Amino acid sequence: MTPDSIATSELNYTFTVTAGDFSKAGSISTKIKRILQQIGAKPDALRRASIATYEAEMNIVIHADSGEIALIASPTEIIIRCKDKGPGIPDIELAMKPGYSTASQEAREMGFGAGMGLPNIHRLADRMDIESTVGKGTTLAMVFKND
Amino acid sequence: MEFSNLEVRDSRSAGLTVAEIQSVLKAEMLCGEEKSGQQVFIVCGCDLISDVLAFTTPGSFLLTGLTNSQVIRAAEILDLKGVVFVRDKKPDEETIAMAKELGIPLLSSPYPLFESCGLLYARGLSGCGGIE
Repeated sequence: MTPDSIATSELNYTFTVTAGDFSKAGSISTKIKRILQQIGAKPDALRRASIATYEAEMNIVIHADSGEIALIASPTEIIIRCKDKGPGIPDIELAMKPGYSTASQEAREMGFGAGMGLPNIHRLADRMDIESTVGKGTTLAMVFKND
Repeated sequence: MEFSNLEVRDSRSAGLTVAEIQSVLKAEMLCGEEKSGQQVFIVCGCDLISDVLAFTTPGSFLLTGLTNSQVIRAAEILDLKGVVFVRDKKPDEETIAMAKELGIPLLSSPYPLFESCGLLYARGLSGCGGIE
């Protein structure tokens, strides 16, 4: 797809995240980064979207039972929507606090669990919406202006 | 450890090549020899992946004791110029293969994290903190 054709179309991709699999974790963020590079996303939006998607992907791998990440890219903005099935977040305000983490021992041993995931996403995205139901799962949408 | 001939710079310099970093840190190159001539200006020393994602400037060189494959994923996402594993640590073959495929140089140095950071800082490389 050439950059010119982006003017009139919107790209839509959905990827499945394998929760609990640290060997594959991050592969979807890398794919999304490549797609954004190919369609000529602006460097700043590309960087922020890639890092935030990686944080979100790791959240699903670490905390959820299963999940999906959707990329919707138009000439003016990049939307990343993450939906998972899992324990959900009982207190979103607490989860947004830097340093607060419920990551497992396995995740912490790999260097995760610093409690910076959601705060990082909030800082990187132009807009972030998060909803969660305990016992069901979480939906996270991030918007990055491509200008 | 010999420090007597180290020149501590007053201001941050024009950088070092990957090959020069290898020499300063007495490091073994695990992969990415083809990038030996690449210039590096900024270094980050970190053992927490979320901190790497939050605070590392894209294009930096990472010094770390973490050896799992997620370090390589983070390096790829952040466009880092390479990773040095400190304290003689080495990642497994699968992780090295991933880095090789992504074109990310990996080195392993016998120096611990503090000394590694100090040696590169003394040679004029900057950190990610923006503090002079």
